[in-house]
Amino acid sequence: MTVTAAFFYLFATITIASGFMVIASRNPVQSVLFLILAFVNAAGLFLLMGAEFLAMILVIVYVGAVAVLFLFVVMMLDVDFAALRQGFLQYLPIGGLIGLILLLELILVVGTYTIDPRLVLTPVVPIPAADIMTNTEAIGQVLYTRFFYFFQAAGLILLVAMIGAIVLTLRERVGVRRQDISKQNARTQETAVEVRKVPFRQGI
Amino acid sequence: MELGDILLAVAIMLGKSLLMLVALLIFIAYALYADRKVWAAVQLRRGPNVVGPWGLFQSFADLLKFVLKEPVIPAPANKGMFLLAPLVMCTLSLAAWAVIPLNAGWAIADINVGILYIFAISSLGVYGVIMGGWASNSKYPFLGALRSAAQMVSYEVSIGFVIVTVLMCAGTLNLSAIVESQNTGLGILGWYWLPLFPMFVVFFISAMAETNRPPFDLPEAESELVAGYMVEYSSTPYLLFMLGEYVAIMTMCALGTILFLGGWLSPIPFAPFTWVPGVIWFVLKASFLFILIAMVKALVPRYRYDQLMRLGWKVFLPLSLAMVVIVAAVLMVTGNAPGVR
Repeated sequence: MTVTAAFFYLFATITIASGFMVIASRNPVQSVLFLILAFVNAAGLFLLMGAEFLAMILVIVYVGAVAVLFLFVVMMLDVDFAALRQGFLQYLPIGGLIGLILLLELILVVGTYTIDPRLVLTPVVPIPAADIMTNTEAIGQVLYTRFFYFFQAAGLILLVAMIGAIVLTLRERVGVRRQDISKQNARTQETAVEVRKVPFRQGI
Repeated sequence: MELGDILLAVAIMLGKSLLMLVALLIFIAYALYADRKVWAAVQLRRGPNVVGPWGLFQSFADLLKFVLKEPVIPAPANKGMFLLAPLVMCTLSLAAWAVIPLNAGWAIADINVGILYIFAISSLGVYGVIMGGWASNSKYPFLGALRSAAQMVSYEVSIGFVIVTVLMCAGTLNLSAIVESQNTGLGILGWYWLPLFPMFVVFFISAMAETNRPPFDLPEAESELVAGYMVEYSSTPYLLFMLGEYVAIMTMCALGTILFLGGWLSPIPFAPFTWVPGVIWFVLKASFLFILIAMVKALVPRYRYDQLMRLGWKVFLPLSLAMVVIVAAVLMVTGNAPGVR
């Protein structure tokens, strides 16, 4: 138990510290790297709770794909941070007010959060012990049965977003010579090479 | 738990990890030697043959040379990140070996989500390349880093679908259980390479693209980018990059062995062959895949960048997606799907 507690405090401290560094560090690339550190440590917290599947998916999706694209974009951008910081004091009161309101709301939500007592009494799906069914199997059992329509709807929303992004950025440029692999593979010696008998001192 | 028990468990874990690490690094040294020998043999050269008998100690001589040289850090580089990048690359690729079972029950950590762990770790390998390319603060490394970011993310998708098809057949995410599910008594004919042959080919090619191996070594294409993201690196940091790359390749070979070639199982399922320890079969199979990858390096010219992207997104992605649907349908219709009640 003490080992688990020690690891919890280690992961939690690093998560919060790197979360702070994301907004505090001057270099945007360093911010993204601290964000990645926060993600990895959050995955460690998931592992401590026994949610191994969620931990791995968090690393694969957020660290392995999303944060790579973040880093990609941030590296390409040439942001002048001195200009961004200029109006800092001017915006501080309103920014602080919004932050305070958000904090109060979060405290209210978390502080009054209770699980409906009827839900605890009548679980729809009986919860099996951890040694009978693994974490992954348990998620699969409810995700593809009880929450099937929500799962599909989430997938559809992502698909629509993806198509939207493609439509917004796609532009057909004319006059660009592109390689057509099937056309190129369909070429034979007959269609590509012509053998001519060249008469001497005349040319073709 | 008593403090003594905890310390003992930690000591055993450390011992196992150290043993695995030393064995793996010595194996990598000879894999590098084999790589160069195969490459040389294809080009009718002799390859390394001076240090030790038949050049067997060449890799160790290279190690000494790299370590004893002076590391040069360019003045405009971001110093911390410049030195962190090779460490990230090397550590991450070595970390994947924590879950690989070399024999029944021989994994350092036999975790339930082993395959997801390897997938996660190998998808993190791109950070070493991006950080190195960005921190060098120079044109060629930056171009190399941009290329590798797009390339490794693209081929992860098809590797993911290949893993999904194998998982559907095996019905588990545990690497040892995936190997055991191929133990059908048919030997080499019972392994997944035969029923899932198209996916085996997709996996083999994607593994090369994922580890920046020729013909997909565009992040370090020497004819265009000098040495890509490694241009500014010298001595030990360079050594760590190269070591990380070869360890990642061996990880992919081991993963291919586990997913498609039956892990530690004997190819011929009767007496004299089943007496051979499983770890020998495992090393033989992984070495076979490595020799194939070394041959590809020697035989195939480098891809152009747009061809690489086309192959990943327009050929492998639809193919592997279709195979996921087909395999799932076949398993359901024939009633062989594991875990379906």
